Amino acid sequence: MEAEREQTSQDEKETPILEVRNMTKRFGATLALDNVSLELQRGEVLALLGDNGAGKSTLIKCLSGVHQPDEGRIFLEGEEVTLNSPMEARDLGMETVYQDLSLFDNMNVVGNFYAGREPVTPRWLGGWGWVRDGFMSSKAKESLESLQVNLPSAEVEIGLMSGGQRQAVASARAMSFGRKIVILDEPTSALGARESSNVLRLIKEAPEHGVSVIVISHNLEHVIQVCHRAVVLRQGVRVGEAEPTEENHERLVSMIVGGAAEEGKGEKQA
Amino acid sequence: MSAFMERITGSQSPLSSERSLRWSLALIRLGPAIILLLLIMAFNVLSPVFLTVQNVSNIVVQTSALAVLAIGQLFVILVAGIDLSVGSVLALSTVIGALVFTWNQGLGGSLSVAAFLLTGLVTGFLNGFMLTKGRLPHAFIPTLAMFYAASGLALVLSNGRAIPHVPGIVITLGSGYIGPLPVPVLLVAGLALVAVVLTKRLKWGRWIYLVGGDKEAARRVGIPVDRVILSVFLISGLMAGFAGVITAGRTASGYPTAGELAELQAIAAVIIGGGSFFGGRGSVAGVLVGALILGVIANGLNLLNVDEYWQLIVAGGIIVFAVELDVLRRYLEGRFRTLQARGD
Ligand SMILES: Nc1ncnc2c1ncn2[C@@H]1O[C@H](COP(=O)(O)OP(=O)(O)OP(=O)(O)O)[C@@H](O)[C@H]1O
Ligand SMILES: [Mg+2]
Repeated sequence: MEAEREQTSQDEKETPILEVRNMTKRFGATLALDNVSLELQRGEVLALLGDNGAGKSTLIKCLSGVHQPDEGRIFLEGEEVTLNSPMEARDLGMETVYQDLSLFDNMNVVGNFYAGREPVTPRWLGGWGWVRDGFMSSKAKESLESLQVNLPSAEVEIGLMSGGQRQAVASARAMSFGRKIVILDEPTSALGARESSNVLRLIKEAPEHGVSVIVISHNLEHVIQVCHRAVVLRQGVRVGEAEPTEENHERLVSMIVGGAAEEGKGEKQA
Repeated sequence: MSAFMERITGSQSPLSSERSLRWSLALIRLGPAIILLLLIMAFNVLSPVFLTVQNVSNIVVQTSALAVLAIGQLFVILVAGIDLSVGSVLALSTVIGALVFTWNQGLGGSLSVAAFLLTGLVTGFLNGFMLTKGRLPHAFIPTLAMFYAASGLALVLSNGRAIPHVPGIVITLGSGYIGPLPVPVLLVAGLALVAVVLTKRLKWGRWIYLVGGDKEAARRVGIPVDRVILSVFLISGLMAGFAGVITAGRTASGYPTAGELAELQAIAAVIIGGGSFFGGRGSVAGVLVGALILGVIANGLNLLNVDEYWQLIVAGGIIVFAVELDVLRRYLEGRFRTLQARGD
């Protein structure tokens, strides 16, 4: 009995929701990712750290189907997948919020929520179907409510919103449609303290909605606040991981910057 | 928790300036309609015949070909493109339509009508294909090439002469009446209605706005951007074919120099009507207002015996004014954003 229970819990732990094995990506002569492996556990909020140009964005673009890796395999819930386009990743339940948010300034919140996947009637007409605006509007408001994102109005054009509101909309959109995984690239980099806290709360609460998260950030304080684990990249190489805590703060920094700081600390080399 | 959002929704301090910003933005949106109204009022004062039924009917009939071209142009400008070829394509469609009618007069001339429209569709397809597959930097290039090529082909096919042979149905569409209503105006209304449904209600139309809003983001959310772009050029070409029908119907002939400068007028109508050259903004209603503004200026100045060339100068002034409104809109939106971010 005891042993069996241990076995199942062991199993669950060992089938990560997402696993990347030996991923390599080159841009011409630039080796942006060098044999990187990574695993994301179910219900985990994982930080991806690294200095500018470390390869973080490249990694998540490979995970969201924007780039195709030169080598390496991706497993979603234990099954190997190939992601040839952003659509394929989305259909598998993985949503990505890019640094530029991919929002449409000329659309309101509802239009942005459903951009590219507007429900139509009758369905078989596809692109020539009638957009179900009422349905979209009530569903989007429902999602925003359940994520506790309050906006002045869902009918306001995104172009009229502040950076924090825009980030909140993009994150909420990903959280509502990403059934399994949401990936965020520097969600707080352009935000002030007050606006950051709202987005951080969304990320922290994501596991409650059944969503696992990968978040890229340069802000270690934010990472410590919301992430369970941090993986560090440097010049395309995975150099280590650590639990993001105040005690590990310096260790993480030295992993990120490497070189002298690292030697001084006597950290292990990649 | 989301106190900052609530503070914005609440009816507190920042709202006075927020409200005035909202008002200014709404006013800018109504800008074209206000210009049109002011023009009508001014001409009404200056000329006793301006607002007579006969003259108003003249204005809308004379504007109908332009309105159709402008509706087509709107779709292209919505994706931040431009179609410089529509005037030449209009001419080419009248020539080909008239030639087809001289060869084959069967089926009540419907082959000829099909030839008008097909000419538009084919040239539109070529424009869109060259742009998306040929990876040309901007819609300016393929449509400029088509502007020359279509015009040249029209001159070659017609030997540079008018072809006074168009079917009765084309004449009806261009200059007929149903009761008191001019047929070309009904045609414009029908096409405008379809365009309104497409832009406001159908998914494909929504995607046109999304592609115009941000091409890269549209690609990321899975919109077939190249096909959307191709489709707007097909629409623009088809509209040039319809405009060709109206023009040939009014002159009862196909002629290779029809539609001269019409592409620029169509672009002007879109811009004056609130379409944004940055893409993603503009409406069918606005475009119709834009076309009417141009029509009213031409007609009104004519009635006042003002030299024809002055019309061009006035139109130029209004274009600058309209684009400045667009620039002002962007500025005010920026201010609005800052206000939202501060939240207090
Ligand atoms: N599309 C591309 N074409 C060519 N080189 C690229 C491309 N994208 C990224 N690179 C290069 O790959 C390397 C990794 O870039 P990446 O954007 O992944 O870094 P990052 O860790 O996200 O950095 P930052 O923190 O600045 O966002 C850099 O040297 C970059 O110049
Ligand atoms: Mg990056």
